[in-house]
Order: sequence, then structure tokens, then C-alpha cells
Amino acid sequence: MNDHTPNSLRSWPDARGRFGEFGGRYVAETLMPLILELETAYRAAKADPAFQAELDYYLKHYVGRPSALWHAQRLSEHLGGAKIYFKREELNHTGAHKINNCIGQILLAKRMGKTRIIAETGAGQHGVATATVCALFNLPCTIYMGAVDVERQKPNVFRMKLLGAEVIPVSSGAATLKDAMNDALRDWVANVHDTFYIIGTAAGPHPYPELVRDFQCIIGNEAREQLMEAEGRLPDVAIAAVGGGSNAIGLFHTFLDEASVRLIGVEAAGKGMHTSEHAASLNMGRPGVLHGNRTYLLQDDDGQILEAHSISAGLDYPGIGPEHSWLHDIKRVEYVGITDDEALEAFQLCSRLEGIIPALECAHAIAHLVKLAPTLGKDKLILLNLSGRGDKDIFTVAKHLGTMI
Amino acid sequence: MSRIAGVFAALRQEGRGALIPFVEAYDPDRETSLMLLNGMAENGADIIEIGMPFTDPMADGPTIQAAGRRGLLAGATLKGVLGLVHEFRRQNRHTPLVLMGYLNPICAYGVKAFCEDASAAGVDGLIIVDLPPEEADLVLPDANANGLDIIRLIAPTTCDVRLKQVLEGSSGFVYYVSITGITGTRTASAADLARDIPRIRAATDLPIAVGFGVRTPDQAATVVAHADAAIVASVLIETLCKESPEAVIRDVRALAEGVKAVSKAA
Repeated sequence: MNDHTPNSLRSWPDARGRFGEFGGRYVAETLMPLILELETAYRAAKADPAFQAELDYYLKHYVGRPSALWHAQRLSEHLGGAKIYFKREELNHTGAHKINNCIGQILLAKRMGKTRIIAETGAGQHGVATATVCALFNLPCTIYMGAVDVERQKPNVFRMKLLGAEVIPVSSGAATLKDAMNDALRDWVANVHDTFYIIGTAAGPHPYPELVRDFQCIIGNEAREQLMEAEGRLPDVAIAAVGGGSNAIGLFHTFLDEASVRLIGVEAAGKGMHTSEHAASLNMGRPGVLHGNRTYLLQDDDGQILEAHSISAGLDYPGIGPEHSWLHDIKRVEYVGITDDEALEAFQLCSRLEGIIPALECAHAIAHLVKLAPTLGKDKLILLNLSGRGDKDIFTVAKHLGTMI
Repeated sequence: MSRIAGVFAALRQEGRGALIPFVEAYDPDRETSLMLLNGMAENGADIIEIGMPFTDPMADGPTIQAAGRRGLLAGATLKGVLGLVHEFRRQNRHTPLVLMGYLNPICAYGVKAFCEDASAAGVDGLIIVDLPPEEADLVLPDANANGLDIIRLIAPTTCDVRLKQVLEGSSGFVYYVSITGITGTRTASAADLARDIPRIRAATDLPIAVGFGVRTPDQAATVVAHADAAIVASVLIETLCKESPEAVIRDVRALAEGVKAVSKAA
């Protein structure tokens, strides 16, 4: 349990794993003892300096942290407003923020004596990061991935296989991230004795949302320090894309109690928020229970889960981490939507102006930045989490631009 | 006495165990479900479990997942499922009905309204797969107020300390998930049951039903030799797909004979 300080937004979840009314532990009884065991093990690890030292070692020497903070000068000039900084999570080993969490969880799995790893993946970034740490720690690895995502993220599927993981395409439902998570949970139920489930986003049953957030907080902690060094102050705005929301909560958490820092999460509005094809759970969904937690969900009037849509496989999920649902309800974070087309534009703009090909996920955050920066004065600072690189997306983008690779 | 408790008390007098077959509502349509409910009740089902279709049934194997999808395609809603129960109850007042499903559709319906409407329609108990005791305060007060039994799942992973917590607030019967896994996959052996059932028996007076992976009359007989009821689901859905509703009723009759062949001390 955290020390629960009522005047801090950083002390959640409570003892029941809740952020306000969100979060919790809505899982079948077979999994319940494991979830409790994981919580106990995580509390012990968190309090153990040796665990932190081991984590730091791998983050520094294997992941390559700290990641750079980049003043995006050409983009700032082009937009003609606020001064823009990128937190360069795409420079991490495996090309995204996902590895921060995977290193943390696999060290936890080792501590718990687990001998087999499973994970779900959407865009494949979390799958690649999980397969990578499994190779490093010599543990067998099974990755569940929606069959549609297997098709649109082929390079990452091949990477996972090269790293020695077994990739299982999931064809139930919409055959995307939600369905991959269902099958990963089914695998876990059937293999509780030896298997550790490395969840990739800050969602799922307690303690996952807390644990994943804690492992991702290094993003915001470093960026805060780096920005203090560069500018001597906090940012005015921090922006990140949200699918499940791990890169966003990793960036935001350190700033939650800093009232001067405006926080903006960017949801995938797909073909438009008012069409049926988007993944904007906070803007267009309502609270419900899925994948072990109470959170905002895209659902119909009967409580059946709707299929999400986004050009970005990593944002294509009908739910969101419970802490974001709570931050949305208390209005600490603004959540906006960016369409597929706007993200594609931003993807190209960032590539040409900064020489950085961003993942389609963070192209959503960049697209909102493009709208926001010109409205702010040159004395304002915007911090954007460039959470992943876009190499995996070039086939999708080429297709949308009518180019064959 | 609740309808479920009444059935188990009568069976204890008779000295035999119960058969609980499963119907996924609206698979493949409403009419078939109603026909199966009536047919099962007339051919040896002591209690019937009705699956409420959900898009994301995380504890279910491929067979029940597919059945749920067919049910949703046929237009299943919770309102529709309660309507089905209501219609069944016009002809049958004695066979207990237990609804099995996931929490989100119930939340969307409204927990209080759902418990009231379910009770009015003639539902006797609820199995909510993703509602562990830790979160049960969401449903328990309304279920209790409306006389609905809350049937809890107990898994092989449920340790003795936890067992007490799971049993607290349980009523009707307890549902022993005899394997670690999803529905319709592996089957627990007689040795597994001989080891596991006494552990639960020691912790509760409630009847114990065993499900997940019970497929044949012989397996059902093995189950009731140790426990109080056998729950059979996936194999009946497979029969419905491959053959016909009549074939399902035929199999229920055979399963009931398997169960009745085992005589238990009164």
C-alpha cells in the first residue's frame, strides 16, 4: 500500500488498487492468488535497494539511459510559437519506451522464480521489448498478437522471432490488441504455476497499472531534470499519446502535483471522433470493467465492448489505463483526439524537419503539438514524449501515401 | 428455502448428485435456447446454467467464445436473456436457473436493476466470473436483497486461507473450477478430485459443483462420486454445432443417467 497523502495526486492507487473509482482487481478466481502474490513481491522489490540497483544497471548499460532531451529547433521555428523539447525515448534499445517496463518486470519475474514469460502486443513494440529481455535473461517467451496486427507490423513480428520468441496470432474478435490481451490472460490462467505475464501498458488488474507506471516514471523524472538543466524551469505543457497510456503516465506522473504544468494526453481519433472508427476511450467511452480493471471503455448500450480503430496499432485499444480515467475525471489532464490523417501529416513533418521518423503512436502527440505550439508565446516550453521510432510503421505509411515499398 | 437449496436437499434425500448442463443464450438463436432449456429440464437436468454472451469472455475456451459470438450475432442482450428466463418460468417453476457471465454488461444494465429484474424473471443465482471477493461489494447487497444466490468460483490455486474469504458471502453452491485453465480444455482426474474436494468440504456446508472439462457420462459420474454436482458445458455446445438440439438433449439424458448411477450416502 502507498502512503496515501490526500493532498498529493501522486500517492494513488489506494489499498484496493483504485485511482478514485477506477482500477481494482476484476479477475477470475484462478488468477486472484497470483495477482496478490505479484503485489507482495512487487512491494518487497520496491523496498529492496538491491532490486533498484539491478534495475538501474540494466537501464544504464543495456537500455542506454538516460535518453536524450532534444530541443526541436526547426520544428519550433516552423510552428512559430512555443519552444519544443522532445524526450527521446525512441533512442532506447529496441526503439521505444516499452523496454523500461520490460526490464523491471523480468527482474521481478526472476525474483519470483518464474520460468516462462508471456505478453500481449499491439504494434509489436512491447512484444519486441519483451522478446529482447527474454533473450537476455534466457527465458522462454510467448507473445500474443492480433492477426490483423501481425499483418500490419510484419517487421516487428520478424524481430520477435529472431529474438527467439514464439508469436501466436490471435484471430478472435477484431484480431487486435484487446483480443491479444484476452488470449494472454487465458494462457496465464492455464499456466499459473511457472508463468509471469509482462503486461505492456499501465492497465490490467492491480498492481499492474501501478507497477508499469512506476517503471515508466523514469521518463518524466529524467526529462524534468534535463529541462531544469537546459532551461532552469519546468515545462508549461507536457504532451504524450495515449493508447493504454504507459508512455503518457510515465511522462506525466512527476508533474501531477505541479499546477503550473498543463498535461495533455492525445487519443487516437481514427477516422474521426464522431465516426464509429476511433480509439478515443476517454472522449467517447464510458466507465466499465475489462481486462481486470474499471476504466473508460468503448462499449455499446448493452455493455458489449466495441472494436477500436486507429492507423496506429499501438493505440488500437478500446480501453485505457485506470489512472488516466481518474485524471480525466478530476480534470488534471486534458485528453484530446487526433485523426489518422493528422497523424500521417505529423509523421512526415517531424521526419523532414527534425530528421526523426517517429512512431505513428507519437505522431498523434506531434499532430496536437502542431496545433498547440503556434498559439503559445515563444517564451513557453512544451515537452513532448517521443515514445518510439517509426521504422516499424514505414509500410503502413507508404500504403496510405500510395507508395509501394 | 431457495430453489437451489431445495434441489440439493431433495437430492441428498434421494442419495444422488446433480447434473448442471449449460446453455449459451441465443446460440444460435433464442428459440433454440428456449427449446434446450425445456428439453434439458425434462430430461434429467437438476439445475441449468445459462451463459450470458459477452464480447470478451476471458475465462472461456474457444468453444464457449464462439457460442457467445453466435449469441451476440443473434441479438442477445441481458434484457433478452431475462426474457428467455421469464418465458421458461411460465412452464417450469421448479428447475433452478443460474446465470453465468461477466461484469461489464451487468454494470451497463445497472447492478440494482439487473438483480431486481433477474429475480422477477425467475433467476436463482449468479456466477460472475470476473468478480472476485475483493470486488464483490459491488453486487452482493443487491443480489442478497433480491434473493439471488452468489455462486463463487474456487480454483486449484485458491489456498486454504483464501478459501474462507471466497466462501464468505457465497450461497447456493460453490463452483469448483477443477483445473487451472479455461473452459472446455483439460479434465481433472478422479485422483485430483479425491485430493481437492475434501479440502473444500472441510471449509463449507454448501454443495460443491465441479466444472471445466467434464465431458462424458463417466466423467460426470466420477465427479458426483466426490462432489455434489457436475457442470457440463463445452461438449454440449460442440454437439449443438455438429449435430442438433435434439442430440444435445440425448446427451443430457445420457449424462443424467451417468450421474444417477452413482449412489451417495444420504
